[in-house]
Amino acid sequence: MGTIEPSIRSRPVYGTLAPTAAAAHLCIADAAGAAALLDLFAAAPAGFADAAEICYVPGEPDQSAALQALGAARFHESPSVFALLPRLARQFERMSMGTQVYLAGSESLIGLAMMTGMRAGLDYQAMQTEHRGTLARRVQCVHCKGVTERVTTQPVECAHCGLLLLVRDHYSRRHAAFQGVNINAEDPSENPPMEEVFR
Amino acid sequence: MSLHAGIDVEVTDVVELNALVKRFHFARPDGQPLPAFSGGSHIVIEMQDGTLRRRTPYSLSSSPFDTRDYQVSIRRDDQGRGGSLYMHRGVVAGTRMRISPPANLFPLDQRAPRHLMLAGGIGITPFMAQTAQLALTGGECELHYGVRNRSLGAYLDELSARLGPRLHVYEDEAGERMDLDRLLSSQPTGTHLYVCGPTPMIEAVLAKAAKHAWPAAHLHYEHFAKAPPGEPFTVRLQASDRTVEVGAEQSMLEAIEAAGVEAPYLCRGGACGQCETRVLSLEGELLHADHWLDEKERAAGEKIMPCVSRCRGTVVLER
Repeated sequence: MGTIEPSIRSRPVYGTLAPTAAAAHLCIADAAGAAALLDLFAAAPAGFADAAEICYVPGEPDQSAALQALGAARFHESPSVFALLPRLARQFERMSMGTQVYLAGSESLIGLAMMTGMRAGLDYQAMQTEHRGTLARRVQCVHCKGVTERVTTQPVECAHCGLLLLVRDHYSRRHAAFQGVNINAEDPSENPPMEEVFR
Repeated sequence: MSLHAGIDVEVTDVVELNALVKRFHFARPDGQPLPAFSGGSHIVIEMQDGTLRRRTPYSLSSSPFDTRDYQVSIRRDDQGRGGSLYMHRGVVAGTRMRISPPANLFPLDQRAPRHLMLAGGIGITPFMAQTAQLALTGGECELHYGVRNRSLGAYLDELSARLGPRLHVYEDEAGERMDLDRLLSSQPTGTHLYVCGPTPMIEAVLAKAAKHAWPAAHLHYEHFAKAPPGEPFTVRLQASDRTVEVGAEQSMLEAIEAAGVEAPYLCRGGACGQCETRVLSLEGELLHADHWLDEKERAAGEKIMPCVSRCRGTVVLER
């Protein structure tokens, strides 16, 4: 698991989850982020779990049992982030201001859940985040607009149009994706070596 | 930012809204439209009161979609430094004045699906412009308006026509109060909260918002703080090499300007941070009245906001 180096301003930075005095808590995590939820609940005052809902996207190693043992009022498991998002959108619509949102795990999970919250009108700064696990990126090709998931290499081939892309730190919260720009536009025969950098 | 880009205007109308509030209309003498603005903007009005030149900020209360004139609604404050009294007594239709271009330190968050507005007394003025803006752009809003009594509630009829059931009025003298706990715990996701009124009201609302875990990014407030009067004191301006006496009814910034020194400013209400000035030395005490410096900065005593803050004794500023 990598650490995030300081970079340009648009590159997201993450914090450490901390319990707030909110009347309700919505916690979203993948397998790597589960540890952050365990820390959050351990630091929380009595009664926190009774007002909390956990949405979990399983992975390896599975943390389902550990999360269920936290005793949250509701526990929900979705097979993937993308399966979770429509449910999340409905949750955001239903809840009222004063519900604290906690996002923990990969940048993709945090970014996609945050994008869903922003569509419901929540400011991105209103949601707490903690990065755990992979630094693999969602990358949007600026040429064809297709998004390539789980990008770990620099450069990367666009899964949609096949162009070789330089993965930038330039990030879009609206797309929950980093920007990928063709790296060999001048001379397509040039093939810079692919290195695995986003681990 | 300073008044260098001032606009010469003529007062085209003065309307008495109630026993305490008058509305002033400003237009360009040549009839050309004034600069565009957004709801929540203020202008700074320059008042030549005898030898005293005041510059006081007021929210625009007219529709941002009509720039043939600007309208401000001013409550007479018998305890203030005299700006509102000057406007109420001395300014009539035909008076020539100078105003700043509008600036907005209290804008609507245009991304918000819903706006919850809380007004106290004359704090209604920015919401007049904002609700006019939303009436045309189609944003969802709800306004809660606390008044001393209905006869002193400016714009009740206009707001009622504009907002219908989305206007809630609370008459203080009838013992009516906003139920902040209920209001702040029942707002749908994405609601942005705006509050403008007397300082105790703003503080009460922000405290309740904190209690109900509202994120700071969804809270917007405008303190209707005006420079308070006080004891006279002396300011030494190091860079300009000048010594300035600040009168009892004058703000430090106004005294600096009267001495011919151009100092930066924007809100003239202690909120925006533009006029922040370094304190080089001090004999006496700094009397901070702004909402800009935090507790730590106040304790350090190295900075002051001359638009609203004062001193006891003598202070040397870097300006």
